[in-house]
This record gives sequence, C-alpha cells and structure tokens, in this order.
Amino acid sequence: MRVRAVPLIRHLLLATGALTIVAPLMWMVTTSLKPANAVYQPPYLIPDTFRWSNYEQAWSAAPFAQYYLNTIIMTAGIVAGHVIFDAMAAYAFARLRFPFRNTLFLILLATMLVPQFVTIIPAFALVTALGWLDTYAALIVPRLVDVFGIVLLRQYFATIPVQIEEAARLDGASRMRIFWQLMLPLSRPALATLAMFSFLFAWNDFLWPLLVTNSDELRTIQIGLSAFQGRYGTRWNYLMAGTVTATIPCLVMFVIFQRSLIRGIALTGLKE
Amino acid sequence: MALLSLHRGYRRRGRRYPREEILTAALFLTPAVVILGAFVIYPIGSAAYLSLTEWSGFGTVQEFIGLDNYRRLLHDGEVGNSLLVTVLYGTGVTIGSCVTGLGLAILLDAPMRGRTIYRTIYFFPVVTSAVAVAVLWRDLLDPAGFVGAALERVGIDNPNWLGNRWLALTALTLVTVWKNLGFNAVLYLTALQAIPAGLYEAGRLDGASSYQLLRRITVPLLAPMTFFVSVQALVTSFQSFDLVYVLTNGGPLGGTDVLGMLTYRTSFRLGEFGYGASIAFVTLALVLGVTLVQWRVSGSGRSPLQ
Repeated sequence: MRVRAVPLIRHLLLATGALTIVAPLMWMVTTSLKPANAVYQPPYLIPDTFRWSNYEQAWSAAPFAQYYLNTIIMTAGIVAGHVIFDAMAAYAFARLRFPFRNTLFLILLATMLVPQFVTIIPAFALVTALGWLDTYAALIVPRLVDVFGIVLLRQYFATIPVQIEEAARLDGASRMRIFWQLMLPLSRPALATLAMFSFLFAWNDFLWPLLVTNSDELRTIQIGLSAFQGRYGTRWNYLMAGTVTATIPCLVMFVIFQRSLIRGIALTGLKE
Repeated sequence: MALLSLHRGYRRRGRRYPREEILTAALFLTPAVVILGAFVIYPIGSAAYLSLTEWSGFGTVQEFIGLDNYRRLLHDGEVGNSLLVTVLYGTGVTIGSCVTGLGLAILLDAPMRGRTIYRTIYFFPVVTSAVAVAVLWRDLLDPAGFVGAALERVGIDNPNWLGNRWLALTALTLVTVWKNLGFNAVLYLTALQAIPAGLYEAGRLDGASSYQLLRRITVPLLAPMTFFVSVQALVTSFQSFDLVYVLTNGGPLGGTDVLGMLTYRTSFRLGEFGYGASIAFVTLALVLGVTLVQWRVSGSGRSPLQ
C-alpha cells in the first residue's frame, strides 16, 4: 500500500513483529546453552555462561550423527529425483504431442487435491509388502516424483521459445541432447526453485518417515527429534540442542537460496 | 490456477501424433507414471476399497463390509469431536493468517532500509520444521517457560496453555499462524504490488484519508488474494499433523485431536486400517468441498498470482 505512513512507525511495528519471531528463536539457541539447573530458574534470554557441552551430551544421548546422515541421504535422493524426473515429465507435457496428454495431466493435477492420509495407508501396505520397511528405499523411492514440480517446470518450459529448440533440431540434435543440454540449462532458475522446495519438503517431512522407519539406523532427524522429546520430556537444554541441530541446515539453505524460494512462492502460491 | 491452462490438443482430423514424439514422451514419462501410479494413484483407489472393508493389517482377513465404516463414522463421538476441532482450527488459522499476512505485507510494501532483512526474519519459522517449532513452543508455553514469565511481568496470570482443551487449541492455532506469517505476507505482498499506484494518487486528490484508501482501495482489490490465502490456509490446516503430533499429541482430552491425528491413531496405533481409511475420506471431503467453492467463486480456479 502506498499510503504514506510515518516511516518510523512502520519500522517500529515491523521491529516489534520481528521480535515475536526472533525472541523464540533466540530462546531456542540460548536454552540449548544453559546449564540444566538454570532451565528452571526464572526464565532469562541471555545466559552468562555458555555450555557447549549440552550439544555433546545431546549428540551422545541420541544418535544425531546417524539421523543427519540418514536425512542427508534421503533428502539428496528426493531432490535429485524431483529435479530429474519432474523435469522429464514436464518436458513431455510442455513440448511433446502424444495421445491422452491433457487427460493424463489433469489426472496428475487432481492428485494434488488428495490429502496424504488417503494414500498413506495403501502406500504403507505396498512398502511393507515389498519388504522395504526400515530401508532407504522406503524413505526415497515413493517420493522420487512429485506433481507440484512437474506443474512448476511445465509452466517454465512453456516460456522458453520453441524456435531455440527447432534450431537445435535442424542442427541434428536429438531430443535427449535438447533436453539435457538446452532445456535444463535454460531452466536453471526454475530448477533451483524446485530444488529448494524439495529440500525443505524432504528435510522437514515427518509422517511418512515416522511410519516406514523403526530403528535409529534409519530414522531421520525429525523423527529422531520427536523421539528424543518423548524420552527427555522437559530436559529443555538438551531438547533445544537437538532442535537447533535439526533446524540449522534449513536456515542456512534458506539464507543462501531465499531468492529462489520466494520467487517460487510468488509464482505458485504454494509452499511445497 | 493458470497452471491449469492446457495446450490445444494436436489431434486434428486425419492427422496422427508423430511417432518420434510418442516414443520420447513414453520414455520421459515412465519414471513419473511408475512412481506416481504405484504410490499415489493406485493408493487412492485402494484406499477407497479399503474404506469398505474391515482390515487389521497383514496376516489378517480383509472383510468386505460395505458402507458399515461410514455408518459407524456418523455415530462415532471421536469423529464428531475431530471434525469440530479441525473446522475450528482451520477457521482460526484462516482468519489469523489473513489478518496478520495482510498487516505485515502492508508494512513491508514500501521502499525502505532493511526490507530484505525483515523478510528473511519473518520467513525463518516458515522454513523451520513443524517438529522443531512444536518442541520449541512446548518449552515456551511450559508453566515455567518464557511466555509465562513474560505474561506475569505485565501482571497477567499465566494459564496452563497445553493443559486445557480450549487453550491448547488456541495455542495450536496461534503457533500455526506464527509459523506461516512470512509465507502469507509474501503472497499478499505480490498482490499489493500489483495495485496501480495511480489509484491511490487519485484517491488522495479526492481527499481520502489513509484509512479510507485502505478500506476502499486496498482491501477490495485484495479480495481475490484474501480468498486464495483463505483456501490455502483452510486446506493445509485440514490436513495438519506434524505440529499437532508433537505439540499436544491431540490432547488434552481430545481438544486438539484433528482429523489427521485420528486417522493416524486409528490406522497405525489401533490397527483398524479400514476404518482409518474411511476417516481419511472425511478429510478428503472437507478439502474437496473447499476446493469446489473456490472454483465456483473464482470461475476457473484461476490463481490471483497469474
């Protein structure tokens, strides 16, 4: 709104609002560094001593390193799957002519409306029947492709002039080459946006990993954190050390790639 | 969504699809069709059938019982409670999201120093996992926690937030709004920036006050975006799970037992997969209901973003 508000008031309000975000996050970080007895003293935001050993203790009380590794493997698999397979499908929908193209696309769009609770029981039964419970396959394979990415990339491919592609074809380039060496490089901004969405989705995902993993060897960081909280109920300093551990990668990725993410939201109105 | 706009079909009389394109398309679509077919499309059909059976998992008999699960739903007090909680939660989150999202967007919509920094800060909770947010807020809302201390400092008795069903639902709603604030503000911001500055200038020339400009120009022109944000907030809160699971685990006394929690518990804790599936279809009905209204109101389901 271009109504002329006094800039000072604007900043005051924004800063107050930002405080409601920053104070809880500060609390998370500082609590993770407080000694155990201080947690029950009258709450304070800034401790006078920082106990970094809380992290060592949290990390040895639960296998956070293993959780990290599992989450990184799962996230890498899902992001790679989305970027490659979504792009391939999107290319077919954007550029190729084949029977039932629009029907198939509409079916895929319709699945975006279906809540995960509907599909999760049969998907779980299928994964169990395949003997995949407690394996990386269960964490990755069912989520290798997502419709959101296909829709996003199809939209982007449609903005790339067909003439570029036709010129390449006249020069004798195959479809594969055009896809890999022309379309994908030209779509880098859209691919970056999708990769950021997929990263956040995978790193923060909860229900599916909760269902298909039972052991600490396969648990992801979110499941680990939730179990950790179940075991250490109110040992807040350890819990916050775990929470910070689980959150840092997302915040770092966000700060680096926030332009891609925010552009994607402004474009689609969706989070994941 | 303009995402829905389809290319005109190629098929014209007597013309066939180029063979090379069909083969390439088949190759390119195989991964998507296999994965989505096996883990999304087949499960939708399978869940529909499952909801007509009684099944407690592998090694047990799956018995077809027709619509019995759905009849049972109608008389199940837990389902009624979950439906109420879910709708209240969804409504609260929607109102909170629109008000705070618009407010923040208006404040951010001006050339000023530190705009990017504000946006980054407000976005932190959006990218933080629901589990981490829930663990954090459990601590903050703890009787000995930060929120209590802050309230007592200003002379308000700190209630036991997560110990009373209505307070717990309120806390859950507020935490959700808090988490999504930055996201909703970005949506509103794109809509605000699309309003022509000339409208405000014309209004001001006619002697309108800032409040009148807000009331008569900004809010009406943002109506499509408000509608979009509302649908978005409703649909996602109808499907919420992670935050509830860790923050309140559905309690106390079912006060935050949203449909997602009930589906999870019925299926994966109690092992009643058939009945659980039928509850999942209640969630689907809510989501489809909202979506149909959206299509009715906005015509083609076009997103205001396009």
